[in-house]
Amino acid sequence: MPKIHTFDAVIVGAGGAGLMAALYASRSANVAVLSKLYPTRSHTGAAQGGIGAALANMEEDSWEWHSYDTVKGSDYLADQDAVDVLTKEAINTVVELEHMGLPFDRFPNGKISQRRFGGHTNKDTGKPVMRACHAADRTGHMILQTLYQQCIKNEVNFFDEFHVVDLIRVDDTVRGVVAIEIATGEFHIFHSKAVMFATGGWGRVWEVTSNAHSLTGDGPAIALRRGIPLQDMEFFQFHPTGIYKLGILITEGVRGEGGVLINSEGERFMAKEEYAPNIKDLASRDVVSRAIYLEVKAGRGINGQKYVHLDVTPETVNHYYELDGEDRRIDREYIEAKLPDIADFTRTYLGVDPVKEPMPVQPTAHYGMGGIPTDVNGRVLLDAQKTVLPGFYAAGEVACVSVHGANRLGTNSLTDLVVFGKLAGVDMAEYCQNAELLPLPDGAADEVMAEFERIRNNTGGVKAHEVRRKMQESMTENVSVFRTKETMDKAIADLKELREAYQKVSIEDKGKVFNSDLLEAWELGCLLDTAEVTAVSGLARPESRGAHARDDYTERDDENWLKHTLYHKEGDGYRLDYKEVTLGRYEPKPRVY
Amino acid sequence: MQAQLRIRRYNPEKDQAGYWGEYTLNDVNPNDSVLDLLHRVKWEIDGTLALRRSCAHGVCGSDAFRINGANMLACKTLVNRLGDGDMIKVQVEPILGLKVLKDLIVDMEPFMDHYKSVMPYFINDDPPPENGRERLQSIEDRARFDDTTKCILCAACTSSCPSFWANDKYVGPAAIVNAHRFIFDSRDKAPEKRLAVVGDTFGVWRCRTNFNCTNACPREIEITKAIAEVKNVLYTGEI
Repeated sequence: MPKIHTFDAVIVGAGGAGLMAALYASRSANVAVLSKLYPTRSHTGAAQGGIGAALANMEEDSWEWHSYDTVKGSDYLADQDAVDVLTKEAINTVVELEHMGLPFDRFPNGKISQRRFGGHTNKDTGKPVMRACHAADRTGHMILQTLYQQCIKNEVNFFDEFHVVDLIRVDDTVRGVVAIEIATGEFHIFHSKAVMFATGGWGRVWEVTSNAHSLTGDGPAIALRRGIPLQDMEFFQFHPTGIYKLGILITEGVRGEGGVLINSEGERFMAKEEYAPNIKDLASRDVVSRAIYLEVKAGRGINGQKYVHLDVTPETVNHYYELDGEDRRIDREYIEAKLPDIADFTRTYLGVDPVKEPMPVQPTAHYGMGGIPTDVNGRVLLDAQKTVLPGFYAAGEVACVSVHGANRLGTNSLTDLVVFGKLAGVDMAEYCQNAELLPLPDGAADEVMAEFERIRNNTGGVKAHEVRRKMQESMTENVSVFRTKETMDKAIADLKELREAYQKVSIEDKGKVFNSDLLEAWELGCLLDTAEVTAVSGLARPESRGAHARDDYTERDDENWLKHTLYHKEGDGYRLDYKEVTLGRYEPKPRVY
Repeated sequence: MQAQLRIRRYNPEKDQAGYWGEYTLNDVNPNDSVLDLLHRVKWEIDGTLALRRSCAHGVCGSDAFRINGANMLACKTLVNRLGDGDMIKVQVEPILGLKVLKDLIVDMEPFMDHYKSVMPYFINDDPPPENGRERLQSIEDRARFDDTTKCILCAACTSSCPSFWANDKYVGPAAIVNAHRFIFDSRDKAPEKRLAVVGDTFGVWRCRTNFNCTNACPREIEITKAIAEVKNVLYTGEI
């Protein structure tokens, strides 16, 4: 029998969103934070370049401009009321992080240092604006550490290395979660009035990704299995600059500090008329990823390979500053100070010193714009009419508010985490004040325990890692920077076969203690689910918008497709329906950078 | 190239004591990381191998192991750093001084307890600026503790320290690094509380400056220097 714990609320995931929510919710509610990792291992810590907030510490800026850039970046699919909440709250929340001790870099005037980032502009001039508040190129690390430190100070209850594998839902209520204590293999039930998923992304669906091995889509898959739809899953961001073959992220801050992308002919190709003649290398990520893909396809990859160069050597940067008529100049010391981790990564993994030579980069699977649908208070929504599932919350990458629409602007992931983590934490605590603890249903953990027994005792002989590799290869080949009906059909067919193979996955470790063989096999099921939702949702959308770029439908179709996708699992099948986009000040128009 | 791995194995559900597992991998690329090799062993040869890992690029701190006798992150250690030629020998064992729970996994709780003992969180109860904005800090003041903000709590330093091996009540280098991060932050108001902890019998004076920690740190924090700076504050009373 599983051990039962009782709390007002359970937060699943201890990255930026989960910890921010925990800090707020713990003020009045009895909260447990469960993570399959130690909290400081969470992938928020890998975020590099900055957190977007219109502090205007160095030059004129406003939250309205930040909203405009976010909406334009989203290819008009973001809900504009939610975007306004994000950009307004960003300012207070970044200041609040500073008050918590976060060691931001500083300008000479002592204020938080800000730099340029892709797609962040002055709305009057169209020129890049310094909006990304940062601590060198380890901003996410500082946010994660600071929030964890504050959680220690405030005595938040952590259950480290507790892997959540099911949500206990009875009709339209949630009653808690089922988790495996990784160290012992024992099942536990966390009985609660409210549950928040802050489980992060699912980048491991693809072969080349910036995402941690642990980002396996557990949250969306569990939600889906418990009758909660997933929204806008066809929109997955490919970050333009991952380290060639490895996918390790090279922050957009490199380009914010003046770095440029160069093809085999030595051209700064982003300046071409067909790409982004105005803001060039600082265009939105989807635009830059497509440009790299097209340059490579046209035979202009470096050495005929599938990569281009990202050049941040002072000689090159200063050359282009001069051409662009900018007064600014940089030197090696500046690069070392502003991008120390990037320099460390490329030296370690490539033997390339970025202050002396260019870095080989290619697009890397990075961020899910879609996820579990929520309102701005993190409350999970069940349908196109926005019916709330009381007591169930989601925040961070796993949630789809939607503020990122079809393409997220750089720095807005960290902004999203802290702003909506906080708002969701506050709302959940209030909810707990008034809600009753409803009884656990009989056998609340039975179904998922049976699934684990099935995997443990399966003798099918198929290895999980082989199924995973094939899924990653197919998704990379077929549902990547560009897609067509043909490729997505292929992915869906591959996934069907792989799902059958998954039923035959067997494992070697039959024990209980730290059985990662078993847990990885279960995670694979989550990956397959999220991959399928991505491909199916994409196939159903015959237009190109943001990160969903189709070779067979190259235009955006606002008349028919300015709407959010909702994928509902129904038995072994699915049903798609669509939800209105909330427009506002910014009317959809062609997106030119 | 070929890699011959010796991996320290121990399964508490089966084994009375630890032993060395030996595995041979072919078609190893010199640019593969040790984590890549461990994954290949786990996925291709023996699914029971247990290890922690997550980000796979040296920022999450999950996979500190003792690799060919020295503490490193497996994901940040490329095969070409361990040698060259057609055959490479790679030995991987758990970090020392913490109880082994299974294979390469150790009990991190004592390490985390030492970390928490130094009050590793910002303390400043003064009201924030009236304009509702950030506290100001000069570039120079910010630079004083920059190095120690980089810690990822991987435990490579503490578990390489002979003083910690000798007595696990010693708070260890990682905890001191995190105390340093706040003691030298001009905005923080409670340095004396942390100095009381690290100035105690089981604090900085256990450090014998042998630089194992500095050598082990995958974030290249100058740990021994940071410890010396804390000692100096205790000695002079001036930050």
